[in-house]
Amino acid sequence: MRPSPILTVKGLTKTFGRGCPQCLTVTGPERETNVCCNCGSIVACAGVSVEVYPGEIVGIVGESGSGKSTIVRILHFDMEPDAGEMYFNLRGTTPKANEKEKDIGPATTNQMPLMEGKNLFGLSSYQKRQIRNGYMGIVYQHPHLGLRMDVSSGGNVAEKLVMANWRSIAQIRQRASSLLKKMEVPSERMDEPPKNFSGGMQQRVQIAKALSNQPLILLLDEVTSGLDVSVQARVLDLIRNLQQELHLAMLVISHDLGVIRLLSQRTMVMKFGRVVEAGLTDQVLEDPQHPYTQMLVSSQL
Amino acid sequence: MRLKEKRTDEPFRQLNGSSLLKGYQFAFIDEGAKQEIRRKILKAVSIPGYQVPFGSRELPIARGWGTGGIQITLSLIGHEDILKVIDQGCDESVNAINIKRFIIAVTGVPTTQDTIEATIIQTRHRIPEEPMKEGQILVLQVPLPEALRVVEPSEMETRRMHAEADYSKMWVYLYEDIVRFGEISIGARYPVVVNDRHIMDPSPIPRWDIPKLDRAEALFLFCAGREKRIYAVPPHTSVKPLEFEDFKFRVEDFKGAVCSRCGRVNTFLDEILHEETGEKVYLCSDSSYCEKGLLEQRRPNPQDPEQDRRDIHATFPHSNG
Repeated sequence: MRPSPILTVKGLTKTFGRGCPQCLTVTGPERETNVCCNCGSIVACAGVSVEVYPGEIVGIVGESGSGKSTIVRILHFDMEPDAGEMYFNLRGTTPKANEKEKDIGPATTNQMPLMEGKNLFGLSSYQKRQIRNGYMGIVYQHPHLGLRMDVSSGGNVAEKLVMANWRSIAQIRQRASSLLKKMEVPSERMDEPPKNFSGGMQQRVQIAKALSNQPLILLLDEVTSGLDVSVQARVLDLIRNLQQELHLAMLVISHDLGVIRLLSQRTMVMKFGRVVEAGLTDQVLEDPQHPYTQMLVSSQL
Repeated sequence: MRLKEKRTDEPFRQLNGSSLLKGYQFAFIDEGAKQEIRRKILKAVSIPGYQVPFGSRELPIARGWGTGGIQITLSLIGHEDILKVIDQGCDESVNAINIKRFIIAVTGVPTTQDTIEATIIQTRHRIPEEPMKEGQILVLQVPLPEALRVVEPSEMETRRMHAEADYSKMWVYLYEDIVRFGEISIGARYPVVVNDRHIMDPSPIPRWDIPKLDRAEALFLFCAGREKRIYAVPPHTSVKPLEFEDFKFRVEDFKGAVCSRCGRVNTFLDEILHEETGEKVYLCSDSSYCEKGLLEQRRPNPQDPEQDRRDIHATFPHSNG
């Protein structure tokens, strides 16, 4: 039996600016622009559909301004789409509190009835927050977006746990230190604010924070872009280990084909807010069909 | 046991009844404004702990000196009310006296120092020690109504946080406090959760008074005149201080301290240096409760209510007729 996708996104569209009826028809890769010539609005993404299956890593690749980050922001409810639907399907996934974590209790309250078969974009902002806290993790390109730099690293991880009604300092600290240790952040430094840390270490704290609520899906937005190559390799290694260990579903956004090749099983290529090519990563990168993908692949160093 | 207004409150006696300020509306504020404030109070009572914005009126007192509390008191007070005003627990501090004089001058209502007798008590930074009863109203003056302000400077953002019950920043603030100091270091203004929903600033009352808010019989009304917010804790509403399972909320510890006046050990005490000896001594912060304690000790026969009455008259001859 074919498993059902854990995350389904249909027809995601977001325009910045006034918008007009022609916006979608006069922009796109064929027109070589994402700026509407009629009203000057910018079409960040249009008609983007994604499905993510349990334990799968899906990559989205494209140049700057192609709408990748807008998609992540929308999926994380950081901004509202103009059109589109988003569904979570929890059937067929393993229960969240796995045996190992049971002694410190489940990380979230069950929001299952809230979102069963419902378009998540239609929920109230309170419900969206519940879902985001319960089922999503996000790692931004810039650690300062995902972390509070003046709060200790442990406090950053604790922020997600208290939202899930953890009310014991001892348990919170135990969980935070084990997560940070897993991320190779020495637990002696958990009471230090991330602003004291190097970029790579900040990124690892951010991942620890994203994982603290045992998310069903992890959104990674250009996680390695600001890091130097050796640190990049370690962070990527860490993400791969996580995927194998926790069987996490992930959506990886990157402009770096190397990152996509290393992490993702399936890949979508975006240009001017549209998906121009999608398929298995190997297929897309070894035998690109769309001229833009061909150009991307050939311009790799 | 009852306390009557002390004879030393001479100005009040003169102002009571006939000597109202001429040319002013009863209770100073115009009726339209009173109606608005009452509507906002109703809304605040309906959503316990939620801050309702209101049009704070100008008063002959500067904002930040209790204008919020005064507006609530003035818009609720009627001829049948008995008023008590306290400042840090004391009936006779300058602020309490001035506010009381103003309200008497514009309403002519009788005043009292007795917590049990009063129908409306306006207070700054304390809740009386004696438990208040059904039908009584405690009006608290609030300097900073937003409990989340310590973690979030933006008003827009704190409103969103309240709307979505997104209180993680406040909890992280407490977590950080514990990590840094080994305990929660908040003194007054200890944040509470009202009705399991809103985080509320209880005004700068000491932690000692926080448990008195929980499932109380009286109505608590909070008002910040400068910040233009009204909020409320209706009777029998749950009010819980923020705490962790392993780092519980606790009240101030006065172990070993005794009120040097009435000898009580179970009240919130002020620490003062003795004028002559320079020694540390303690006094009840709630002055009228301290007074009652003294009276009780002086009674030869605690069971005799007549003696009780005679006592009071001997100590405090009637002021308000």
